[in-house]
Amino acid sequence: MTTPLLHVDGLSVEFPQRRQRLQALDGISFTLEAGEVLGFVGESGAGKSLTGAAIMGLLEPPGRITAGSITLEGRRIDGNAAGVRGREIGMIFQDPLTSLNPLRTVGDQLVETIQLHLNLPAEAAGARAAQLLEEVGIDPARRGAFPHEFSGGMRQRIVIALALAPEPKLIIADEPTTALDVSIQAQVLALLRRLCKERGAAVILITHDMGVIAETTDRVAVLYAGRLVEDGLTAAVIAAPRHPYTRGLMASTPNLDAVSVDTVLPQIPGSMPGLSALPDGCRFHPRCDVALPDCSRVAPVFAHGVACHKFAAEQKGEAADAG
Amino acid sequence: MPDDSYLTVTGLSRHFDISEPWLARLVSGRGGRLLTAVDDVSFSIAKGRTYALVGESGSGKSTIARMIVGLERPDSGTIRIDGQTAFDPVSGPTQDSSLRQKLQMVFQSPYSSLNPRWRVGDILMEPIRAFGLISEETAQQRRVQELLDQVGLSAPDADRFPHEFSGGQRQRISIARALASNPHFIVCDEPTSALDVSVQAQVLNLLKQLQRDLQLTYLFISHDMAVVRVMAHRIGVLKDGRLVEENEPGALIESPREPYTRMLMDSTPRFAGGMAG
Repeated sequence: MTTPLLHVDGLSVEFPQRRQRLQALDGISFTLEAGEVLGFVGESGAGKSLTGAAIMGLLEPPGRITAGSITLEGRRIDGNAAGVRGREIGMIFQDPLTSLNPLRTVGDQLVETIQLHLNLPAEAAGARAAQLLEEVGIDPARRGAFPHEFSGGMRQRIVIALALAPEPKLIIADEPTTALDVSIQAQVLALLRRLCKERGAAVILITHDMGVIAETTDRVAVLYAGRLVEDGLTAAVIAAPRHPYTRGLMASTPNLDAVSVDTVLPQIPGSMPGLSALPDGCRFHPRCDVALPDCSRVAPVFAHGVACHKFAAEQKGEAADAG
Repeated sequence: MPDDSYLTVTGLSRHFDISEPWLARLVSGRGGRLLTAVDDVSFSIAKGRTYALVGESGSGKSTIARMIVGLERPDSGTIRIDGQTAFDPVSGPTQDSSLRQKLQMVFQSPYSSLNPRWRVGDILMEPIRAFGLISEETAQQRRVQELLDQVGLSAPDADRFPHEFSGGQRQRISIARALASNPHFIVCDEPTSALDVSVQAQVLNLLKQLQRDLQLTYLFISHDMAVVRVMAHRIGVLKDGRLVEENEPGALIESPREPYTRMLMDSTPRFAGGMAG
């Protein structure tokens, strides 16, 4: 068996407070193969960005990893992610305007990144910068332009070029298209997917939009209140979501086939709990429409790609029927 | 023009001067430049209905919204609201505050459109006092409670500050503030594009329910065809400041005439093979 590109096992992250310790991530486990696009989906506060930050070693103090391990190609990187950050793992943030230096030309920023990580002479770095711009669909003649001279979609393309510059093995894209128009979003996601597939780089795509997940990712992990509630191949999860939260996320996404304006959109009642008031048992049970008595007492075990008492009970029922 | 139209916009245009500074123009020998943000746009909205303007960034949809509520002055064209002239090229914008009271706006970002130093109760009280709707203190308080209730917030929320709320709850506060002056017409400028998808559904449902309960007329601005599909009774597609296509949602989505409309639809993420629910 080959070592996976990235293996995260039982990752827990805590924020110690004066009186209590807030547990933001609770036993997150997943693996990622080279060239694979994995989506993290959930509402604000689910822990998807935090998982990305933990892998990058970018947790804001006092946040810290309290349990679990993160291994990149068999090497432990939790605790010393500085060595791989940027070079082996690239990052794309939500707002391209704040991730670019407004006072330097995009060409300069690309050359700086390339030289920092790849140790190339200035001329070769310049040629490589031009090639990268070309690949993300920006005229290399515009390398002398400043970030403000580009549109939002073009800026995000430049950020993608920057992230790809050191030839990383993994790119973590945290809501890369939330600040963009729907029409530009499709272009940028397709570009990111194509460039990573060509290079054999894996992608972790963080988003709250199940539509984006369906169109872009190979596999999906659904997070709720710091726990993994469902994962699987994207096509399988979209076709038959097993966790009620996944179903809720999908149903609340507006789609073009809506019957009429008078229909009420399906919605998940309530909102994501705060870290200081996490419910016992299954953390989703107060918002769940199929909750069983056990759901408020016992945390469900993650099995068959889902952590849900209801699903486990149904499986057991079917097995009993069959037997 | 049908009698039941609440808002009628005719030949609306707006240009922005994007010339370089005069000295740079002098040195380079280039003349001034004008950007046409809105170009001869006409449409009308029936009372109690939702009209959606959809288009990409820079298509002029927000400029139209700002001109209708009076935040921006049109270069030409007329705006008539509820039988009154809100703007015409000869007399300019109306000074009639009764019209302003009927007309409210919900902005895109619930983070920048609420004063962070004001309590929610004061935010909701301001329109009530500014328009002199209720003079008695206890009745004012009662109205604030009623507004909070209408948007699904609770009475103690009046004493809290905006930062104590999530994005979706803040947008509910923005909606409550818009409702405070008893408006007939609300301009919603991308009210859910800063929100999570699940929260978006809650806010869209709230807007629909308020429309039914209070017979509100909406102008709904969005770049997302799927959102517009579930909200609008009529859709206008904007491209580079021009209204390129207008139709009922069903007909528009089944058989768009413009390639641009089709492009907007095709870029909307979909679940392959359709989904239940």
